[in-house]
Amino acid sequence: MGKLKKLVCFVLMLGLAALLLSGCGGSSDSSGKIKIGLNYELSGDNATYGQDCVDGILMAFEEINKAGGLLGKQIEPIKMDNKSDSAEAISVATRLITQDKVVAILGPATSGPFMAQIPIATQHKVPVMSASTTAEYVTMDENGNVKEYAFRICFKDSFQGTLMANFALEKLNATKAVIVFDNTNDYSLGLKKSFTETFTSKGGTIVAEEAFVTKETDFNAILTRIKGLEFDVIFLPGYYQEAGPFIKQARALEINHPILGADGFDSADLVALAGASALNDIYFSNHYSSLDKDPKVLEFIENFKKKAGKDPNAFHALGYDLGYFVADAIKRANSDNAEKIKDALAATSEFKGVTGTVKIDEKHDAIKSAVIIELQNGEQVSATKFSP
Amino acid sequence: MEQLLQQLVNGLSLGSIYALISLGYTMVYGIIRLINFAHGDIYMIGAYVGYVCMRHLKLGFFESLIISMVFCALLGILIEKIAYKPLRNSARITALITAIGVSLFLEYSTMAVATATVRTYPADVLINKTFSPIKGVIVNIQQVYIFIITIALMLLLQFIVHKTRIGKAMRAVSADKDAARMMGINVDNTISYTFAIGSALAGAAGVLVGIYYNTINPLMGMLPGLKAFVAAVFGGIGIIPGAFIGGLTIGIIETMVSGYVSSLYKDAVAFAMLILILLVKPSGLLGKNIREKV
Repeated sequence: MGKLKKLVCFVLMLGLAALLLSGCGGSSDSSGKIKIGLNYELSGDNATYGQDCVDGILMAFEEINKAGGLLGKQIEPIKMDNKSDSAEAISVATRLITQDKVVAILGPATSGPFMAQIPIATQHKVPVMSASTTAEYVTMDENGNVKEYAFRICFKDSFQGTLMANFALEKLNATKAVIVFDNTNDYSLGLKKSFTETFTSKGGTIVAEEAFVTKETDFNAILTRIKGLEFDVIFLPGYYQEAGPFIKQARALEINHPILGADGFDSADLVALAGASALNDIYFSNHYSSLDKDPKVLEFIENFKKKAGKDPNAFHALGYDLGYFVADAIKRANSDNAEKIKDALAATSEFKGVTGTVKIDEKHDAIKSAVIIELQNGEQVSATKFSP
Repeated sequence: MEQLLQQLVNGLSLGSIYALISLGYTMVYGIIRLINFAHGDIYMIGAYVGYVCMRHLKLGFFESLIISMVFCALLGILIEKIAYKPLRNSARITALITAIGVSLFLEYSTMAVATATVRTYPADVLINKTFSPIKGVIVNIQQVYIFIITIALMLLLQFIVHKTRIGKAMRAVSADKDAARMMGINVDNTISYTFAIGSALAGAAGVLVGIYYNTINPLMGMLPGLKAFVAAVFGGIGIIPGAFIGGLTIGIIETMVSGYVSSLYKDAVAFAMLILILLVKPSGLLGKNIREKV
């Protein structure tokens, strides 16, 4: 009996091993499809950003495929979840490259996981690109070494911080600013740094700096303290989850100064969180605005609404652009060879997307314009474009 | 001076929430000596039930509050029956670890169902007006609501515990479980009631927080749960007025720390207080030093 059991076990194990092996060897590139990997945050803390980007990308691919595909082939997106985790992003990237044999990887949406997968991609010579990683050093390290296989199509946080500082000084005639920032978030710290540098170097003063931690909901104590100070604007580099309650509580305490922010404010939830009546004199930099009258933007908004039944936000738009961005490079490379796609990506000189025109510079960063959106009563009332 | 008063108002409304959560902590501890770490997550579930009632079923504030309290009461009983009751006679650490397990289970089940997205309550369920009792001090009507509801629920609880048969049974079970059973008290039912009442209070706190801060997420119960635990220990764990005073004190201290020192230190101060209390007066503010029976 014991012998029989062992034998059965052995046979079963052999079978399993065979299954695994066949799984590995099965994906060569003869299917006539161009495989593109999507390594995104579909669950976990940053799931909303990942999901929104993916929605945009898939919409772009669908349109391209409907119009006949690329180089006569259809695009096959392979979507995987990195759980908003850097370690997981690496294993997803490894799988996409070695097992699914993708020619390029799009995503992740946030800087940490995106940077984590770059060494793997470089090792296998597969280009990776993101639409929304705005951290300072992503495609280039701090010593100025460009990461050959990494690209992005969005501007950097320092660009936004500088832009908002100039805006406060010149358009709002502000000389005294209060900064309220998220002390546990690189995005927030980066914006704070560049805002402070520009604002103070041009004669402004930072009257106070107040810190909070991610997921804070009660800002009354900070606000009460700020209320006693004399200042012109509040700069709040952070995400809408905290900006919403902050603005609501600020207006309830009759702090009616302009509040400035960056692309983290962009979400339909901001209105739900803060309440429309509190959203007055809010200014934030963003990748695109739905007020844009460019026919390309209008068409995108209309198609997106038809498909998803809601207004697109910046992440949808960025994802959509990223889909077309990689397609554009494949077209120019006239090949689905990863190496050639990489060269074509680096040579991008004028890619026209919904979120503006992208030129990839020698650091693999995107040179593109930003908009500053003004909210009054919860509605976007103006959007002004600023070029770098 | 104005600023100090304003901070006091801020602190009282934050403290009321802690007080509501810590009442449940204290009750459960008082009766079965279990630190129910899942309590903060029941508060989170309460917030979500309120959200569904108001957002999807379009119910008013008081209906939603009551539905949420009833739902949490049932959930509390269910958790006790499934997770804690089979462990009632095992080592205390076993029950404690189970409580942590239940807590994680609730958090991530909610995340699986409702996703991690931040949700918002509808804007107009409760009047959102401010008034100024003293010049320069602004009070939101919602803050008044939170404060009054907390006091009302605490008084109701005091009444239940001291003036009703259930309360008498609770006190008996708390004092000596076996003796209580010999006197014909149904210990299992009494424990169920305790869980029901404690969880209902947490549910109420969830709805109030949902309305006041207007943002809820599946992990919102973690930190307030821990703070409420500190509050319960501060006031003397197992003592109802102690939990109330403890909650308000923690709320005010936190606000004062972020208002006058730095908001980055407020959590640290809350937990430093826990350590300090345990060193100086382990039985808490209102706790009596009872010698352990041998």
